[in-house]
Amino acid sequence: MTGRHRIVLTVNGTAQDCEIEARMTLADCLREKLNLTGTHLGCEHGVCGACTVIVDGAAVRSCLMFAVQAEGAEIRTVEGLADGDRLSDLQQAFHDNFALQCGFCTPGFLTTAEAFLTENPSPTRGEVQSAISGNICRCTGYVPIIDAILDTAARRRGDRT
Amino acid sequence: MKPPKFDYFAPDSIDGALSLIAAHGEDARFLAGGQSLVPMLNFRVAAPSALIDLNRIAALRDIRIDGSGDLHLGAMVRTRQIETDPVIRAANPLLQAAAPHIAHVQIRNRGTIGGSLAHADPAAELPGIVLVCGADIHLQGPDVRRVVSADDFFDGIFSTAIAEGEIIAEIVFPAWPKTRHWAFREVSRREGDFAMVGIAAWFDTGADGAISAARIAAIGAGDTPLRLPAAEAVLTGGTPGPALFAAAAQAGIADLQPGDDIHASAEYRREVGGVLIGRVLAAAWERTP
Repeated sequence: MTGRHRIVLTVNGTAQDCEIEARMTLADCLREKLNLTGTHLGCEHGVCGACTVIVDGAAVRSCLMFAVQAEGAEIRTVEGLADGDRLSDLQQAFHDNFALQCGFCTPGFLTTAEAFLTENPSPTRGEVQSAISGNICRCTGYVPIIDAILDTAARRRGDRT
Repeated sequence: MKPPKFDYFAPDSIDGALSLIAAHGEDARFLAGGQSLVPMLNFRVAAPSALIDLNRIAALRDIRIDGSGDLHLGAMVRTRQIETDPVIRAANPLLQAAAPHIAHVQIRNRGTIGGSLAHADPAAELPGIVLVCGADIHLQGPDVRRVVSADDFFDGIFSTAIAEGEIIAEIVFPAWPKTRHWAFREVSRREGDFAMVGIAAWFDTGADGAISAARIAAIGAGDTPLRLPAAEAVLTGGTPGPALFAAAAQAGIADLQPGDDIHASAEYRREVGGVLIGRVLAAAWERTP
């Protein structure tokens, strides 16, 4: 099991296979092998949250997982949220609420929020704050991001149109 | 940065993991959730020759309660499961209550109890919780399985009783009386940060209303998670209430051994630790079992 490894995984609904070194992180595999550069790398040591992707339904830091560990996994990245050119409801809510400025952290917030809303469709403001506590944004001050996530939750429940 | 090169193995059994660690020697490392080890690789603070990934070993993921009510957790039970699993919540509510304080959800989705214990960060929550609960850590070696109590498990900063070639197989928490009083509090600058100091405690009361048994542990207050024996002695036999809790806090401060670092001074940690002992005991008493 030395040298290179061949893995098969599903990314945004498409089966992919990659040949990788064991030390390649999942983040680097997505970006460099699969050309999915929407997943951003900020700190590369599990602090900033920019590289968050959804692995088998759970939000994880893709800089702290090796691609070889994702053998057989279902991965969802920020590229998997939109339907072609049409933004997802969550992405549209980020746009509408001015929940991004430079945009570097946004993929991590979107994937974190997507996994969170699946688990908790009716969150309180405090629960949203807690859910995004592992993601750093240096532009927005977080308030519009929280608004966008609560907005999406309300629309998905049909409380708001 | 990017991690250094290593050989990678993903055995599907404990025996397979033990043979691999025996074959690759002391330069090899087990990879559990990777939430502490992978940052160390990315910083190149650690450069193991081989990583033996435990994520494919189903036998390390067991969650069960045995006939005497003890809770058994496999080493690869994830922190997020501890936070959300109804079996764990019913079997040990203190363990469950500490879980949301551990880092962030993305970390809890990968991090494991065995990984946290083996890493033995003195400010980490789970080492303090296994200590206050009096849990046993079951270590599997190539030939024997041995049991180390949490009291004897932590040797120093990032140092434990795990011998070369051994793996944490499971952690066993003694049955939790339904009437037990318990609480956990920690102080950190931001949600998800390591605690500057944290206190976990429980006590049981007898028919006469006096405390029949008590345990208190501190995290972030020494080289390992610490029992606070002087505070436990004050509590045992006493009548729960503000006077007893203040006396226990006073006694407990003497057993804290905090250090200075960039997050807080030793003096600050000692002061906050004393306040937290009082708050934790009051919260434990107010909780209606």
